[in-house]
Amino acid sequence: MTSDSNGTPLVEMRDMNVSFGGVHAVENVSIDLRPGEVLGLVGGNGAGKSTLIKTLSGAQHPDSGAILVNGEPVTITNPRDAKAYGIETIYQTLALAENIDAPGNMFLGRELTTSLGNLDDSAMEDATRRIMARLNPKFENFKTPVASLSGGQRQSVAIARAVHFNARILIMDEPTAALGPAETEQVRQLIRQLKREDIGIILISHDIHDVFDLADRISVMLTGRLVGTVNKDDVTIDEVLGMIIIGKLPGELTTSELADLHG
Amino acid sequence: MSVTEAPITDQEQVPDLPVGGAFKSLVRLTEIDTRMLGMFGLLLVIWVGFHFLSGGTFLTPRNMWNLTVQTSVVAIMATGMVLVIVSRNIDLSVGSMLGFVGMFVALLQAEWLPQLVGFDQWYTWIIALAAGLLLGALLGLLQGTVVAFLAVPSFIVTLGGLLVWRGLAWLLASGRTVAPMDRTFQLLGGGARGTVGGTISWVIAAVACVAIVILLASRRRTRLKFGFRARPLWADVALAAAGCGVVLFAVWFLNRNYMPEGLAMAHAEANGLEWPPEGLNIPFGVANPVLIAIGTAILMTFITTRRRFGRYVFGIGGNPEAAALAGIKTKRTIVMTFMLMGTLVGLAASVQVARLNSATSGLGTLQELYTIAAAVIGGTSLAGGVGSIFGAVLGALVMQSLQSGMVFVGIQTALQDVVIGAVLVLAVAADVLYRRRQAT
Repeated sequence: MTSDSNGTPLVEMRDMNVSFGGVHAVENVSIDLRPGEVLGLVGGNGAGKSTLIKTLSGAQHPDSGAILVNGEPVTITNPRDAKAYGIETIYQTLALAENIDAPGNMFLGRELTTSLGNLDDSAMEDATRRIMARLNPKFENFKTPVASLSGGQRQSVAIARAVHFNARILIMDEPTAALGPAETEQVRQLIRQLKREDIGIILISHDIHDVFDLADRISVMLTGRLVGTVNKDDVTIDEVLGMIIIGKLPGELTTSELADLHG
Repeated sequence: MSVTEAPITDQEQVPDLPVGGAFKSLVRLTEIDTRMLGMFGLLLVIWVGFHFLSGGTFLTPRNMWNLTVQTSVVAIMATGMVLVIVSRNIDLSVGSMLGFVGMFVALLQAEWLPQLVGFDQWYTWIIALAAGLLLGALLGLLQGTVVAFLAVPSFIVTLGGLLVWRGLAWLLASGRTVAPMDRTFQLLGGGARGTVGGTISWVIAAVACVAIVILLASRRRTRLKFGFRARPLWADVALAAAGCGVVLFAVWFLNRNYMPEGLAMAHAEANGLEWPPEGLNIPFGVANPVLIAIGTAILMTFITTRRRFGRYVFGIGGNPEAAALAGIKTKRTIVMTFMLMGTLVGLAASVQVARLNSATSGLGTLQELYTIAAAVIGGTSLAGGVGSIFGAVLGALVMQSLQSGMVFVGIQTALQDVVIGAVLVLAVAADVLYRRRQAT
């Protein structure tokens, strides 16, 4: 998998279009993701970030566009397809069934079963305990519905679910939005660790500092269009803010516009 | 008393009363559902209460035996209703559907089949029962498809069904009463012949006890194998003893419902028993419909807790969006819950028709409300995601106990409805309070 880390992207999305009743939520957007890379996807509310990644995770049908995984064109019509290609998603809402315990949520839709096809709850709990020992050693509520867990613990469950199934491509939609400082730091460390394991990560975040800290490249969206994709090392936070707010690439910004950003 | 203290939390400062504390730790160690304990308590209060009010005639083997038979039909349907409600839907049509399917099953064995093959063939009951299950499944499939794929709210779809199936039941028989049923088919409904007898009742009880022990032991073994915390051994032993005790006591009690002299004499003669001058106490044994209901409840519990389908139903009820994002085929799952519900209605209709030995167009009227009430009293949340089969069966028993008890003490029908309605609301209110306290 490391052989083409500089060659074929893990994922390529070409000219993606999604519209809702005449409103273009995503218009001709192309992005790509390489192994071991964190791609920050930023933009204001309604910029189309979530809609774009939903076409990749199988939760939203695009009107047109092509998705390539390892250079091969693929069709993703539902979440099962995406998972089959090793694409896992951690949604902003976490997408947990509140009434079910952590192992049940982790394996929801992919339950371990005995040879007779019965749910193997013990095996699922065992696997959950193992992965939690790695992700969040303090986690101990394996038998209670996740509704009774704290925000950080719930986040752990959502992350564990994405990581456990050997994801090659991980989409994280606002992974730290509901977390305290300590838990946020934990997630950051996890992202760095996954990166070392050559997993490609698309990180959607409102927190520009988060993105700057973690991302290798940053794609900026504004009102459904891609403003541009830049290498983090080549730009300043202000220049990225300029892309987010005004929709201009770093070179196009005037000094007065830059000054306005601080007003 | 000082009022300047900082607020204190329960765990830290308030010492548990010795008794309450012991009870709490007992509940924690044995992992008993306190709600179920409460239901048992409620049932006991109702039974003992009516026993006194009726001058000591309620808690008798004969009356309890009747109570179990009367509970079966609603209990069978309530097990299916749990899954429908857990998935955030409702089925208001089950009473009318029971009427329609019951009428169909009755006509099939009383008029249509006899015209083809004559009366009382050995296979008539099989065809009739299979047809009932199939018709129920089809009606459920139809309603479920409209709910899941056309996205019409289940309340509306099944409200329509409530009218449509009732109307069809009328049209099928032009309002006639259809009777009698096939002689073998009648056995499904209990009655004097439709029981398994005293000995087999004991055999079933013994098998149930062995099953309880095996289940607890295998669960314990698996948990220890994975190195998880298991219940303390004494708790497992106590649970097994309690479970077996309840089963054995129930069978012992029900087996004291003896046949009246004439029936017993005929039975003795048929089985070559000598008839002593002081007479013989021959028990009826557990009635067939009760065994059918228990079997259904066990099967449904298995489907709900041990199969993917059950897990998906609960996932959908807890968070439909999350279930879909997890790759669950939510629409298909919803259709299957309605199909399962319909199949159980077919079974319940067969039992009901067999028990009454006739079918009328009004068969099953208002049963949807008793079914829903049983599920809800048994702890199924109308908000979805929460419910248990066992609770629903207990709920059905509570409803039937109330109803039978009021008949027993001679309360007029109108007042019975008032009480049942009030109990339903109170039960749900208590449940809401219970959950709120659990949550904090």
